[in-house]
Amino acid sequence: MAKEIMTVNMGPQHPSTHGVLRLVVELDGEIIEKITPHIGYLHRGVEKLSEHRTYHQTLPLTDRLDYLAPMSNNLGYVLAVEKLLGIEVPERAQTVRVIMAELTRLKSHLVWIACHALDIGAMTVFIYAFREREKVMQLYEKISGARMTSNYFRVGGLSADVYDGFEKDVQEIVDTFPGHFDTYEGLLTKNTIWLQRTIGNGVISAEDAIDFGITGPALRGSGVDWDLRRDNPYSGYEKYKFTVPVGEKCDTYDRYKVRLVEMREAVKIVQQALNDLKPGPVLADAPQVCYPPKENVYNSIEGLIHHFKIASEGFPVPEGEVYQSVEAPKGELGYYIVSDGGNKPYRMRIRPPSFVNLGAIEKMAKGAMIADLVAVIGTLDIVLGEIDR
Amino acid sequence: MAENNRAVVKLRERFAASILDVKAFRGTVTVTVKKEAIVEICQYLKTGLAFNLLTDVTAVDYLGKQDPRFVAVYNLYSIPNKDRILIKAPVSEADCTIDSVTGLWSSALFLEREVYDLMGIKFNHHPDLRRILMTDDWVGHPLRKDYPLQGPDREPYKGRLS
Repeated sequence: MAKEIMTVNMGPQHPSTHGVLRLVVELDGEIIEKITPHIGYLHRGVEKLSEHRTYHQTLPLTDRLDYLAPMSNNLGYVLAVEKLLGIEVPERAQTVRVIMAELTRLKSHLVWIACHALDIGAMTVFIYAFREREKVMQLYEKISGARMTSNYFRVGGLSADVYDGFEKDVQEIVDTFPGHFDTYEGLLTKNTIWLQRTIGNGVISAEDAIDFGITGPALRGSGVDWDLRRDNPYSGYEKYKFTVPVGEKCDTYDRYKVRLVEMREAVKIVQQALNDLKPGPVLADAPQVCYPPKENVYNSIEGLIHHFKIASEGFPVPEGEVYQSVEAPKGELGYYIVSDGGNKPYRMRIRPPSFVNLGAIEKMAKGAMIADLVAVIGTLDIVLGEIDR
Repeated sequence: MAENNRAVVKLRERFAASILDVKAFRGTVTVTVKKEAIVEICQYLKTGLAFNLLTDVTAVDYLGKQDPRFVAVYNLYSIPNKDRILIKAPVSEADCTIDSVTGLWSSALFLEREVYDLMGIKFNHHPDLRRILMTDDWVGHPLRKDYPLQGPDREPYKGRLS
């Protein structure tokens, strides 16, 4: 019988495409022959917009990249600008940043496990994981006033010190979450259907993964022992002890195990950082860059003028260019900022992990059944806000 | 500092004629090379110096500031050595093309398409050079400095009028 290729359109409104991903899939029966991703439905031109905004005004735009992990995006951006300026951030601010970045990793991975499991047919995990995510969301709301668009970090430190009772709330998360992870593992790790759907699915060898530029848990699932937090530490990560999990079989199941260990390690980092949290300032002593304390703004004319100058004009940044990357939940998130000495970035390039990881989707799913494509999208853990920018 | 960098020393030895500039700023080493040599130099960095991960390909538009107008930026990382290097190659507006590195890294397939889409630099020998974020029939390249922020056919924003 002659081979007949059928073209199927998947997305952009398909529930398993995690947003507005559209894939045009060419099928031979149920076997995938070719995948053509169509992206850009969420393109807002963040890189272009940032060229017309001051450095402080660009910060809220970064919340909206990977909207499941806003603080990780903020962290990469503020670190890049601080590197350009060459300013030191106080220790307390660094420690709070680490706590929030790791809680963000938990938050992002919880959405991943919830949606990934739901896509493959395990609904219970979805309900449980969103229950736990709510705890992190409430902490977000208490610390920054917003559940998703946090905009909490500032160039030079934090927008405000943590609220009273922050330590207690974080400790509660640290104490309870490992038990919840056991629940997820109980539901999935030895579940026959889960094993059948994930073992041997979306295999990509270490060489191919590096060739396609895959970073983050997806790369470690292929057995490459590389984590920016350990290998190029930033924001004081060198002080904390944690293991970097790696997979062996390079398949969806190994990436699942890697992310679960990563969540447990994130809890350990949060505990260490919490023990490390000492009183002190949360904003660098750099008046030309940082906003003055609010009581000065309300009580003295100098403070008001200072605030007004920074809010309206921003601050000049020395001429030069830097690249700063962080280990975001999805992989290496990098900011390449070129400054011409003005108060706005001359060019800001965001290196999104999801965008580059998505490039490997055809490699991972070719020759598989169309139902397995859903598992591959889930295991890549993509967010379209970041892909399209 | 940049002169003692392992990769810079080796590159100077082998490609002395193609290297235009070497800079280090806040720990980031940047080497500017002639665009004709980009594939050859990337090939050597990948196989000879273990820069095995192409993290990023991007471009900067220096309209009215520099000639040639564009600079393509390649961000290479070495997983074995935990080392990063930026390779830059100037591209002129008149001949807005550069050779593709897709033969060396598959990650360039997507990254170069984005640079083509938003900056308008054509990559020779790229197997599938189409727009990626904008629609296929889009006119212009949004990240160029002469492309208006508000879009091609709208009045510029003049601030709040109330």
